[in-house]
Amino acid sequence: MSDWVRVQTEDFDLSTEVARLRAGRADIGAVVTFVGTVRDINQGDTVATLELEHYPGMTEKALNEIRDEAHRRWHLENSLIIHRVGPLQPQDQIVLVATASRHRQDAFEAAQFIMDYLKTRAPFWKKEQTPDGHRWVDARDSDRAAAERWAE
Amino acid sequence: MIVNILYFASLREQLGTANEQFNTDAATVGELLDQLCARGPRWQQALCDNSHLQMAVDQTVAHRDTPLRDGAEVAFFPPVTGG
Repeated sequence: MSDWVRVQTEDFDLSTEVARLRAGRADIGAVVTFVGTVRDINQGDTVATLELEHYPGMTEKALNEIRDEAHRRWHLENSLIIHRVGPLQPQDQIVLVATASRHRQDAFEAAQFIMDYLKTRAPFWKKEQTPDGHRWVDARDSDRAAAERWAE
Repeated sequence: MIVNILYFASLREQLGTANEQFNTDAATVGELLDQLCARGPRWQQALCDNSHLQMAVDQTVAHRDTPLRDGAEVAFFPPVTGG
């Protein structure tokens, strides 16, 4: 696994990760970060816990491919993807995408691209505990549409 | 030949198994699916009647016509929902 792609159960600290991304890099002029967090309401129901399952091995491979593709399409100085797995509670952080470039446009666009591809290509699955029991979260058409706009 | 099959998320729960070693002469993922679905209605419903079924061979996204090799790791799963 590359140092810049991590799948982990433990939480992450945004400041620490951004500092690591920028360390010693005076050529970086823009850093964009996206943090995904657990909502307490999904599709009208209260969510007590969220369980993140993944496909060990393929997940890291898919995330590295997405990151490589972002570096191919935009002028990035560095980037980082962290995704948590296991049981999570509302308000917990799930995912961090950070992109660093000389000028802001590359970092902004690449961060969106990475998230859109991650949501449709990386093998993670969410299971929610609601008052009615467990349910697997359905994939959204809007996520598929968001990823399709980056088709070359 | 032997392939190692993995099932994830709702499919794993529906089929009651996370992985299995399967002895097969299937040349493609599609042929393998047909053999698995012949096991009964539960398998037919989860794998063959499922228009959203996703698959991977050796941790790369695959399709019904993707060829298999001895020792391949084949995975079946629902559409992904991370992020």
